[in-house]
Amino acid sequence: MKIMVPVRRVPNPDVKVRLKKDGTGIETEGVNFLVNPFDEYAIEEAVRITEKSGGEVFLVSIGGPENEETLRAGLALGAHRAYLVDLGGECYESSGIADILAAVFKQENPDLVILGKQSVDTDNNQAAQMLAAKLGLAQACFAYKVELQDGKAVVQREIDGGLEVKEVELPAVITADLRLNQPRYASLPAIMKAKKKEVKKVTPADLGAEPKNRARVLGLSEPPPRKAGQKVASVDELVDKLVNEAKVL
Amino acid sequence: MNFELDDVQTLVRDTARRFAQEEVAPLAAEMDKTATFRMELVKQMGELGFMGVAIPEQYGGGGMDYRCYSIVVEELSAVCASTGVVVSAHSSLCCDPIYRFGTEEQKKKYLVPLASGQMLGCLGLTEPQAGTDAGAVRTTAVLDGDEWVLNGTKIFITNGGQAGVAVVIASTDRSAKHRGLSAFIVPADAPGYKVAKEEHKLGIRASSTAELVFEDCRIPKENLLGQPGEGFKIAMQTLDGGRIGIASQAVGIARGAMEQAIAYAKERQQFGQPIANFQAIQWKLADMATEIDAARLLTWRAAWMKDQGFKNYSREAAMAKLFASDVAMKATREAVQVFGGYGYIDEYPVERYYRDAKITEIYEGTSEVQRMVISRALLRD
Ligand SMILES: Cc1cc2nc3c(=O)[nH]c(=O)nc-3n(C[C@H](O)[C@H](O)[C@H](O)COP(=O)(O)OP(=O)(O)OC[C@H]3O[C@@H](n4cnc5c(N)ncnc54)[C@H](O)[C@@H]3O)c2cc1C
Ligand SMILES: Cc1cc2nc3c(=O)[nH]c(=O)nc-3n(C[C@H](O)[C@H](O)[C@H](O)COP(=O)(O)OP(=O)(O)OC[C@H]3O[C@@H](n4cnc5c(N)ncnc54)[C@H](O)[C@@H]3O)c2cc1C
Repeated sequence: MKIMVPVRRVPNPDVKVRLKKDGTGIETEGVNFLVNPFDEYAIEEAVRITEKSGGEVFLVSIGGPENEETLRAGLALGAHRAYLVDLGGECYESSGIADILAAVFKQENPDLVILGKQSVDTDNNQAAQMLAAKLGLAQACFAYKVELQDGKAVVQREIDGGLEVKEVELPAVITADLRLNQPRYASLPAIMKAKKKEVKKVTPADLGAEPKNRARVLGLSEPPPRKAGQKVASVDELVDKLVNEAKVL
Repeated sequence: MNFELDDVQTLVRDTARRFAQEEVAPLAAEMDKTATFRMELVKQMGELGFMGVAIPEQYGGGGMDYRCYSIVVEELSAVCASTGVVVSAHSSLCCDPIYRFGTEEQKKKYLVPLASGQMLGCLGLTEPQAGTDAGAVRTTAVLDGDEWVLNGTKIFITNGGQAGVAVVIASTDRSAKHRGLSAFIVPADAPGYKVAKEEHKLGIRASSTAELVFEDCRIPKENLLGQPGEGFKIAMQTLDGGRIGIASQAVGIARGAMEQAIAYAKERQQFGQPIANFQAIQWKLADMATEIDAARLLTWRAAWMKDQGFKNYSREAAMAKLFASDVAMKATREAVQVFGGYGYIDEYPVERYYRDAKITEIYEGTSEVQRMVISRALLRD
């Protein structure tokens, strides 16, 4: 089985991001970037499938030359090879990213695409769905269990108030939720091996992709500072404030 | 030497940091309180290559350089100094001498299970009468047919309580004094090998510090490590590498304490504002950060020299350990101070860091010994 796993480079989610002064993006100087945590679940699932029943996992990261570091981290988790799609400084929103991923898919014809359910920086949660739509493939998002059978995948997904079991024909697009597995730590020998694995550098043009932006980010701004809390002397005072000041009761 | 970490070193740091925070940190306070090490960590770290970072993969290790080893020990020590020394003593003091001085058979038999974390190792050098004066070792080894017979007592042996194998320095020729010392690989299941006692300590309480007694302890003839009479040289060269490990441990302890002090200073309000607004606190943090960086650079320089194959880096390793251990003492003392009364009670971890820091000035050569090593190098010519 051949499995494609797109991986995104994100700022370390434990570090507070700072905006550039002009609001066009985030300050990247001195920021530690990591593999998008949800993508680690996707890599782990894909690697486990190939460890069990053979095949290979290839990663795709879209961005700039710095994404090679992200890919090496993913390769150290057991993926076999990778694509680095260099945008040459361009930026695309989810639909454009899905255009590029679709082009990689057409070159490689994998049996399965597993993505993280969303990226922890922009929280868009749409590249996977758009990719499935563009390729006309079945999708099963927020998977917490994936079982492969002949030519299909049975995916259990968490939905509000319960579970849904879905059967999708392969090739399909699946996104990983937190409870799908416990991603491994990269062992030192695996980190060494990752250094020697193939990272194929391409541009969207090399792939025959013509990504288009249908949406544009106009600006970013900090959330308004939270107002300080208040201390109340009694439950009565609390109820009074909830009713009359906050007007939530 | 490159100040920046390369891709591989960055990944090693990220992995070690995550492992330390997710797997070790939640256990640290309890391991300290109960003075017991959770041995499953050794197994987990073995699988990741942390129990033999700088040992080639063919011998069960992680196949990285000493800089990476330093990074791993720092990251572990930043959350738990006991875990840091368990790894450091095991790697530098047991794996390293077997790797450098052992025969192919010795490496296959002992280094592979050690470096892959299937068993823990230790170094038995110190004795009641031979501390700083390590050449005064009295444990003897006498050849009897196909076996060496060891008699004597080793004290303060890190990992002694759980080690599956010990590198032991013993005298094969009392008249030759330190030139009559030899090194041996002693499996813990050898007849006559006994763990006599566990010490109760101020700090690094989760790390075993044990007394080992050899009573007609018999080991095969081929377990001599290196040549007869090379024991003192092996011990001293082993300690050069070990001091890089302890310097890294000290940097980790200091950094861990500083990070907590920074977080606390931003949270703690006095006089209607975070105490981080007070210059008295800011200057403490500035000094800590500067000294920690300086200590790390000294440590990485020594590691770099070892990686480059410099024959002699005793002076640089001693400088790193001397300076870093001093920084660990200062940084943890000041971190407790930033916490005020809360720094003195065990609800916050900084008091543990303060207790843990002290040992870095004592083992693998006291700070006085490091100054002896450095000044000897200065005055040699
Ligand atoms: C927790 C712990 C773990 C340890 N782990 C190990 C281990 O794994 N393996 C091992 O073999 N040993 C180990 N040791 C032993 C450690 O290395 C020794 O304690 C250390 O070398 C000091 O020896 P000593 O305790 O006998 O002190 P002493 O040698 O008695 O020193 C006492 C004081 O005198 C000073 N001093 C001594 N001689 C001189 C001199 N010539 N000039 C100036 N000052 C001098 C010392 O610096 C020190 O301040 C460990 C010790 C501890 C406490
Ligand atoms: C073992 C123990 C026994 C105690 N016994 C008693 C007792 O019997 N009775 C009692 O009433 N209290 C007692 N205390 C409380 C003790 O006096 C306080 O812990 C101490 O005054 C510090 O206050 P704090 O812990 O709130 O630290 P904080 O006031 O939060 O101080 C934290 C840090 O910020 C610094 N800081 C604060 N404000 C400023 C500023 N404006 N400028 C510069 N630096 C500043 C402090 O110097 C300190 O380094 C005890 C505490 C302990 C740990």
